[in-house]
Amino acid sequence: MELIKIHVTVNGSEEILDVSPNLSLLNMLRENLALTGTKSGCEAGECGACTVLLEREPVNSCMVLAVECNGLSVETIEGLSEKEAMKKLQNAFMDLSAIQCGFCTPGMLISAFALLKRNPNPNDEEIRMALLGNLCRCTGYERIINAVKKAAKK
Amino acid sequence: MNQPYPRFPEFKYYRPKSSKEAVDFLEKYADQSRPYTGGTDCFNQIRDKRIHPKYLVDLKSIKGFRKIEFDLKKGLNIGAAVCLNEIIRHPKIMGYYPVLIEAAREVGGYQLRNRATLVGNLCNASPCGDTIGPCLTYRSKVHIVGPDSKHEVDLKDFFKGPGKTCLRPGEIVASVSLPIPPLGAAGTYESIGRNKFGDLAIAAVTVLGYEKKDSLSGYEFLLALTAVAPTVIFSELAQEILKTLPLTLDTLEQAALACSEACKPIDDIRGSAKYRRDMIKMLALRGLIRTCKQLNIPL
Repeated sequence: MELIKIHVTVNGSEEILDVSPNLSLLNMLRENLALTGTKSGCEAGECGACTVLLEREPVNSCMVLAVECNGLSVETIEGLSEKEAMKKLQNAFMDLSAIQCGFCTPGMLISAFALLKRNPNPNDEEIRMALLGNLCRCTGYERIINAVKKAAKK
Repeated sequence: MNQPYPRFPEFKYYRPKSSKEAVDFLEKYADQSRPYTGGTDCFNQIRDKRIHPKYLVDLKSIKGFRKIEFDLKKGLNIGAAVCLNEIIRHPKIMGYYPVLIEAAREVGGYQLRNRATLVGNLCNASPCGDTIGPCLTYRSKVHIVGPDSKHEVDLKDFFKGPGKTCLRPGEIVASVSLPIPPLGAAGTYESIGRNKFGDLAIAAVTVLGYEKKDSLSGYEFLLALTAVAPTVIFSELAQEILKTLPLTLDTLEQAALACSEACKPIDDIRGSAKYRRDMIKMLALRGLIRTCKQLNIPL
């Protein structure tokens, strides 16, 4: 299949990649760049395990084509983990045991990170609405919400 | 390379810069191409093998397609590639079209709404599309660009059935416009899904009410019913009842019953036809009571 050259900034470094049109951003990150912190869950835009920041806004990377990212910036859990605000969230998740199997955690963290950027003091309802697109099948929602609140207070 | 994850079938990608380029391409490859903006419906249809486009035409780079324009005379115009979150956080839309925002918030999760577009939701023409009811009650028009001409169509004439619109091969929707609502208009979007938010509607009712001097009740109400017919429909009888009878709880109940009788629902995995009909009655009554409260109508 015909390949398309794209320039995409991933976690601050510019990548030049030849991608097929049917490659999703999710698979580009996992397969071409070995950034496996972004998880492949439902591949239908439902579960949020593949959430990344595209131009600083959270998106389901399974619902974005790699070719659409030409000239754009992408941040994954690997890059965001360097940021102070993300470290606070990660610590709060660990302190309150807001993790069981951990599969949903990168997506949860990124959605929570984006929420705290636009709303530093969210209430319970706002946290629930912001994390609505992230499913946890260990059903740890209460602890996750408490962890986001704890990170916001720090 | 080893490919452990499911991937899309093969297709070619085309990103036109102008609507003319898009329309020319879509006309030339009418049977083989599919236009899209957010891709949140289109990609799932491809993954589920419901559509098999040879070419995907990405409309996001077309000039003007990412614009929201608001004018106190002309009203609101939303470009085809404007995502739902941009609509939700727009202060003028919040002020003038709050029911649209209420419904847009029901669509998926936050990250999906960063991709999903209003025009995409309309063009997908699902009977359960959340934003369709509010766009109908705000009397929207869709602005269509085609190979030969540009024209506009009232949204109520746009839908032809589940997944079907009046768009002809090569035509795309450039934007949707909403006139300024009548002064003092109030309304609500009442829906029921398997989850409180973010799920497809099993049934939903959009209510928009406003003062109308020449009607017997002094008011006019528009009621759009979602997920209970092949397209989103108005309940004309309910609207007539609310125009002609004094606005009491009994009148609202009669109107809600008329909504339920106007439905032509089906049984599916989300709910039975009977459940949908019953829920429409409850949602219509709830929506009418809430709207009357906003309009300060004592019941």
